[in-house]
Amino acid sequence: MTLPGDPKLRARLGIVLIGIALAVLPFVVGANFGNSWVRIIDFALLYVMLALGLNIVVGFAGLLDLGYIAFYAVGAYLYALLSSPHLAIAFPAVFASAPAWSVWLVLPLGALVAGLFGVLLGTPTLKLRGDYLAIVTLGFGEIIRIFLNNLNAPLNLTNGPQGINNIQSAQIAGQSLGRSFELFGLQIPSVTAHYYFFLALTLGVVFICVRLQDSRLGRAWVAIREDELAARACGINTRNVKLLAFGLGATFGGVAGGLFAGFQGFVSPESFGLLESIMVLCMVVLGGMGHIAGVILGALLLALLPELLRWGAAPVQQWLFGKVLVDPESLRLLLFGVALVLVMRWRPAGLWPSALRKRELAAHAEAT
Amino acid sequence: MSDPMGTIAQDAVLLSASGVSKRFGGVQALRDVSLTIRRGEVYGLIGPNGAGKTSFFNVLTGLYSPDEGRVTFDGRDLPPGVPHRIAGAGIARTFQNIRLFGAMSALENVMVGRHIRLRTGVIGAILRTPAARAEEAATEARAHELLRYVGIDQLANQQATHLSYGDQRRLEIARALASEPKLLALDEPAAGMNATETAGLRTLIEKLRGDGLTVLLIEHDVKLVMGLCDRVAVLDYGEKIAEDVPDVVRRHPRVITAYLGRQADPEAA
Repeated sequence: MTLPGDPKLRARLGIVLIGIALAVLPFVVGANFGNSWVRIIDFALLYVMLALGLNIVVGFAGLLDLGYIAFYAVGAYLYALLSSPHLAIAFPAVFASAPAWSVWLVLPLGALVAGLFGVLLGTPTLKLRGDYLAIVTLGFGEIIRIFLNNLNAPLNLTNGPQGINNIQSAQIAGQSLGRSFELFGLQIPSVTAHYYFFLALTLGVVFICVRLQDSRLGRAWVAIREDELAARACGINTRNVKLLAFGLGATFGGVAGGLFAGFQGFVSPESFGLLESIMVLCMVVLGGMGHIAGVILGALLLALLPELLRWGAAPVQQWLFGKVLVDPESLRLLLFGVALVLVMRWRPAGLWPSALRKRELAAHAEAT
Repeated sequence: MSDPMGTIAQDAVLLSASGVSKRFGGVQALRDVSLTIRRGEVYGLIGPNGAGKTSFFNVLTGLYSPDEGRVTFDGRDLPPGVPHRIAGAGIARTFQNIRLFGAMSALENVMVGRHIRLRTGVIGAILRTPAARAEEAATEARAHELLRYVGIDQLANQQATHLSYGDQRRLEIARALASEPKLLALDEPAAGMNATETAGLRTLIEKLRGDGLTVLLIEHDVKLVMGLCDRVAVLDYGEKIAEDVPDVVRRHPRVITAYLGRQADPEAA
């Protein structure tokens, strides 16, 4: 196969091809494998957003955050409260009817509030690093979850462990994404409509990350990661720059959370446990900390792999042994764990590390 | 105590520290240190190990807040303990044990050094406004210029940790210069250098002085300090015991005692 020689042209060609692939993906997958797989891809896109948000904090600024999912929860609950009858039922005196805010208002608001929570978490942890920071952020994540679990009394704000249901899907141009509809003679199922919606926002997040990475701010984050003391001596206001990392990272989590709530139609504290935080962190680390393309790869793999294993485990066993020996559900987790260990053993910098990170690890290996 | 403040015209003074003290638990790292650095001079700060040179440096650059005393720089009081504002005021430093941003290229290191002089914020960076783009291009050009100035522009795209020891020292100086300092503070720049590298460093510092920069030099290499500095101060146990031109300091009895120890007194035997 011959490719045009000019690298600029080649890059452009690549972008066009990827664009076409992304555009037809839900139809191809939907037609061949069913809409449940499109749904899985939708969730994978949410994870890409989360992983990119966490990457700003962990990958760029080098601040280990184990409670990141809290911001996802904040965004999800905010969307839930503003797009479901819950508030009207819980506080009939205040809310005459169910609030039904436009998604274009709720998402930015969710981003803003999550960003504020990010700064709230960042402020007391400014002087902490490494293990200590990890423990505080872990506690923060748990605090948010426990609050969601218990804020059903004295005021029923979150409806406790039952969660909030009847959340409206996002409406775009008067069309609810919750039902399938026809567009230009094409039948668009709800999951496909959501796919395009999520894809657009994910691309926006990628764009912002790329732009920030190659800026004064991106350099300042990496400088703090590399040597905080020297960064301060260079005139970097480490307090503000770190808070900005926390805030911006949380913002993406808040947007993803809002999308999740509208997509799922239901939120409960269960979705925002420590394991979810760890999962997103795994995506960042496994893909390649600080490398945007690597993080996207990590998020897609970790979101899709378990589903593939679940789907393939039973037929493969049937074929190998003539019967299903191990429950696919448990096998899925086992294989998943093994895959993580193997990747970290053989590719400690992640599957697709940035050139920078690769150099760094190599330098470490030389030094020891 | 000598107080040169009265004798020197005010505008000739770039930095004056008065009565700076710093304690760490029971250790008095700095005791009532006062000194004055004039514009355009290379000022040496020497003393035996543990004399408080680096502590003074850290107070000056805001990594420590002094317990007492104050520092006036370029006609204004320095905010104690706020490194980024001190960098903004015009003091840039290097570190005794080189502290570069290891994973970044030499060029990126210098570009980080310019951080305080740049204005692009989050929005500007995301939208890549014309102003942000121009600033970014100017930063890169300036970083190349500084690398050329210290003589390592050919290594611009090398990772910082892959540079030789002497080149890392030079890179640290280039990064410090990127913030457009009025005072460049070098913390033992010759430590660990061989004779050739030290000679190169000396040439570089002389070039900086020639271009009108004021340099504060902490150094162990007494020969380098005596040969290079216009004036020298000596610290011992956190106290300033001498401050003068090198030839006078060299013969100062307290300095000789501090470095060589007290001569055994034959009468006391």
